[in-house]
This record gives sequence, structure tokens and C-alpha cells, in this order.
Amino acid sequence: MKIIICVKQVPEIMDITINPETGTLMREGVDSILNPFCEYAVEMGLDLKRRYSDIETVAISMGPLQAKSALMRCLEMGIGRAILLADMKFAGSDTWATAFTLAETIRTMENDFDLILVGKQAIDGDTAQVGPELSEILNIPQIMYAVGIDLIDNNKKVRVKKEIEAGNEIVEVKLPALISLSKGPMIGSVSSFQEILDARKKELRVVRASELTIDENELGLKGSFTQVVKIFPPQVKKTGMVIDGSEPQGAAKKLIEFLKQRKVV
Amino acid sequence: MLTINFEKCTGCKICEKVCPFGAIVVIDAIAQVQDNCTLCGACVNSCPVDALSIERKPVPKEELDTFSGIFIWGECEERDKGTTPKKVVRELLAQGRKLADSLDQALTVVVLGDDKMQGLEALITYGADRVMRCQHKLLGRFTTDSFTNVIAVIISIEKPSIFLFGATPHGRELAPRVAARLHCGLTADCTGLEINEKGELVQTRPAFGGNIMASIVSPYTRPQMATVRPNVFSFEDPDSSRKGEIVNFNVVLSPAAIKTKVVAIERLRDEKEVSIEDAGIIVSAGRGCQKKENLKLIQELADTLGGVTAGSRAIVELDWIPHTKQVGQSGLTVGPQLYMAVGISGAIQHLVGMNSAKTIIAINKDPDAPIFKVADLGIVGNAMEILPVLIRELKRVK
Repeated sequence: MKIIICVKQVPEIMDITINPETGTLMREGVDSILNPFCEYAVEMGLDLKRRYSDIETVAISMGPLQAKSALMRCLEMGIGRAILLADMKFAGSDTWATAFTLAETIRTMENDFDLILVGKQAIDGDTAQVGPELSEILNIPQIMYAVGIDLIDNNKKVRVKKEIEAGNEIVEVKLPALISLSKGPMIGSVSSFQEILDARKKELRVVRASELTIDENELGLKGSFTQVVKIFPPQVKKTGMVIDGSEPQGAAKKLIEFLKQRKVV
Repeated sequence: MLTINFEKCTGCKICEKVCPFGAIVVIDAIAQVQDNCTLCGACVNSCPVDALSIERKPVPKEELDTFSGIFIWGECEERDKGTTPKKVVRELLAQGRKLADSLDQALTVVVLGDDKMQGLEALITYGADRVMRCQHKLLGRFTTDSFTNVIAVIISIEKPSIFLFGATPHGRELAPRVAARLHCGLTADCTGLEINEKGELVQTRPAFGGNIMASIVSPYTRPQMATVRPNVFSFEDPDSSRKGEIVNFNVVLSPAAIKTKVVAIERLRDEKEVSIEDAGIIVSAGRGCQKKENLKLIQELADTLGGVTAGSRAIVELDWIPHTKQVGQSGLTVGPQLYMAVGISGAIQHLVGMNSAKTIIAINKDPDAPIFKVADLGIVGNAMEILPVLIRELKRVK
């Protein structure tokens, strides 16, 4: 059985600001990490591999060459091998172009997959769209916001616990399918010294646009249906007043005064 | 164009059953496409042997201009034994009304459900020109497969210029599936929508956890699709003098189209309890509350103020509260009259989930906590000492 985990490298977002003169993102010196929700997906893949036999795991990412470090992290955690889609021609992809490129890669190189795991969203773009778009293009069912996965019926089906607005649902679906993770199995992914060394020996293949059977016009910015026309800093809300609350009685009084002013009480 | 791979086709007739237009007939154990195919894609997803595929060509500019009408998804929730449109639908109607007026196009709300759908007339009073009622026994519970099928069919028949969804958990499952099926651009979690001089929908959304805003257009595809963050747009009181119509849409849906099967549901919030998305007053707890037992104080304060409790991602991960009460980027977006943040430092991921609250009060020990940057009133102090006094005083003045 083959499990594909699609992952994204993201900047540590707190530091991203806009250069007020050029209006472009200032990303210099910002560290990159494996998106935390993708890490959940990796952990889930590894947990399934541990719990069931004969499971191959492959991590796929699209990004600049420096995204190798996110895939290396996957390999250190225990993923079998990795593919990085890196080419200037992929640059500027929106969620559709990203999903389309990933889908074509999976179709041409890993079409015998049984399960695709993704994080529920990336913490930078925060769209949560690539997963569902990928499953639609691959024409497979999707289950979003999963917190637990069991393989059933001789690994032909999955039973998934997923979050819904009012609680949780248990959902079953026949494989192949795509599942997005809201939470990981918390298996503790601190890699051992040996695992870190072993990861260097694993396959990390860089795939260029020319190796895919996609027309150039369908890649990157050209292949994107949406276009960013402007980026700008958000309006900063005027800060209200901050008072000292070291004396509870006084603080509570002031708070109630404020609530009365605002007609809450 | 819809093509059928005759080598793969087994003549099982599932596509014939799921096609809402009767555009596929199986003759001599092989499926054949008729002229009335609208490329809605319902069959492609239902085929068990992957024999069907649709090739979509880019749509020429002149044809894009023929797409007309603002459509929104009228997402429902269970309430009082029925399903009624969620609050976010009223927000979308108010925003959709403005777009419809500036483009001089009609506003349609599409509601999917079974015979328990209620409250559709009210949608007209909130701004809809037309309510499209899609009733089918397989639509009683949300599934991505069934809802995607029905909405893709409606879009391929009606050809609207804009289609909006609430950026709720279900909206964010459904919209990308529909957009990918019909090859449409989609913008996630918008907080601003307007029409530019070219008549295009300009969709503005936060990125990088709210540190940056981006304005996005979909110049090449129609409908222009977006999910819209709940609790950002306001809506007016209903206007009972507004005129509109409710039309029934004939839903064709087969169980074969639905691949996922719900085998159990665990409710962590009962139907009567107000969702934090709809609450007017929220008392929200963070890790600064120190231990789970202290949440009793949070509950007592919420009860005293007539509100509900919520919390940060940190305390959901500690299992102090269920995920149904999580505020923030990876939880729910709230927009109450009063949001009281107790022991929440206010990471940007939390702030984007609550900064549209009318009034924000924060209590935190750390004077440098980012929550104070958005608070109307900030109190630097130990919440666990202040709260008991506050509750006592509030009970006295009430």
C-alpha cells in the first residue's frame, strides 16, 4: 500500500511584513519550517506505517530548492522517499495551479497510490484549498479535518474520525481517497541520531517542469486562474486603554464601569 | 468535452443514473454522450472505473461576459428539529445585495436540504431576489460529493458571474471541490469584496496570519468564486416589504454519487447551545487560566453576562475545551458584541479569529501581550484574582 503525503514549506509567519517603499514582502532572514498541519499528516502516515504492514510512504512538495529542508525533515521523521517539484516555471502558482501540478505529478509518477494525506491548511496562505482541489482533479473522495484514521476491510477502506462544527463524525470511505489532518496522532516525532543520518541516504528527487507532461501555459502564474492585484498592510486598530489590575477590587470596578458605558450591562 | 474511454467502460449505468440531464445513455453496454451535456461533471466523479473525463477549454472573453447573476450558498444548520440558514448566509446576502446592485444583476441564494428545510422566506427579506430550493432526501446531511454535484449542476445551467460561499468548515470543503470541477478561480476566506471598473470581483483576504492583505481577481474564469469569512460583514434588519420568489430546483441525485459514509456522530455541543459563531457575548480562556478547574470561573462569568465560553488553540490542545469552541485561524471566526479574552496572549492566529468583535476586553499578566494591541480595555493583572471579584460585583449590579 502506498501513502502519499503532500507537504508545504512555510515561513515563520510572525516576521513577514511589507516593505513600505516597494510594497513587496520582506522575507529575508525569515526561517522556513515544515507547515505544522503538514507535520500532522506526516505523523499520521508514519503512524499508519507502524500499525499496519507493507506501507510505503512518499512525501511530495512543490516549492523553491530550499524547500528540500522541509522534505529532509519528513525523511528524518521516517518517510521513505521524497519528491520536490522545483522549477521557476512553477512560480506564482495559485491553489488551482498547485493542485493541478501535484495531480499531474502523482498521475505520471505515483499513480498506484492508495491514500493521500495533507494538512488541513498552511499557516501562511491559509486557504485550505489545495487538498480538495487535488482530490477533485484526481477524481477521488475527500475527508477533511481528520483527527484519527484506521485502515479497515483488508486495507481497502479507511475509517476516519473527523471534526465537525458540533463535534465529531466517524466516516468510512473506500480507497483511494484524500484525507486532510486537523490534528496528528502525537507519536512524538523527535528523530534519533541514526534516523537523521539515515535520512541523508534516502531518495530526494527534484523534478523539473520538463519532466511533467503539462503544457507550460498551465503552470505557475500562467496556469493560475486567480491573480493578485495588490498587497497592502492591514489597518491597525486604534489601541484602547490599558490599566493596572494589580488590585482586583479596583480593576473589577473599572471593568464594570466600562461595560456600563458600552451598554453591555 | 465529455469523453468516454470505451475500453474502461463496463456499461454499469451509474453515470446514466447520476446525470441530471439524461445526457448519458448506455447502449449495448457502453455509455454514450448526448448533445444536452452541460459538463457539470456529476458523472465523472461517480464512475467506478474512471472511464469518463472532461476536457475543458479556456473560455473566450466574450463568453465570460455572458455569465450573469450573483449566487450564494445558503448553508443550513440543524435547529429545533429543522434545518435553517446560518447567520453567515444573512451576511452574504447583505454583501451580495451590494454587488448585485452595483452590477445590476439578480441575487440568488441556493439552499440544499431535505424536507426539514425551514426559514427560506426570510432570505428574501434579507436581500435575495430568488431562493432556489433544492430538496432531496440525500441532501439532509452535508456530504462533499452530493453538495458538489448539485451546485456544479446549478452553475452549469445558470451560468452566474459570481458564486459566494461562507468560509465555514463545510464551505471550505465544498467551494474548492466545485471550483476545481468547473475549472474556476477561487479565493479563500475573503474579508472584502467589491466590483472594479472592469466589472470584475475584487476579493480581498488576509494572508500570513493577517499580517498582509491581498486583493485578488479571477479574470479568466466564471463564475468568480470566493469563500467569505463569517462574522466580518454586517447585515441590516429584515425588510418584510422586499419582493422575491422561491423556486424549486429539480435535484437528480443517486446514492452511487456519494462515496463517503457517516457511521457515527459524536455531538460535543447540543442543538440548543449557541455556537460561538453566533454568540453575542463570549468569555474566552487561554493558557493563562493556569488549570482546567479555573474554567469554572470563565463559565460563571459567561453565565453572569449571558454569554458563552470559548478558548484559544492552546487550551484545545490541552483538552480543556472541545474544538467546537476554538477561536482563531484554525478554529472558528467570531464576531460578538463583547469578546473578553482571559489569559490569552493573542498570537496573530488568535487575533484574526476575533478582531472583528465590537468590544474587546483583555485580562493578562504580561503587559507586552499582543492581545492588548486590539483590546478596547486591557487589564494587566492576575485574572484568577480579578474574576471572582468581578463576578460578585456583576451579580450585585444586575
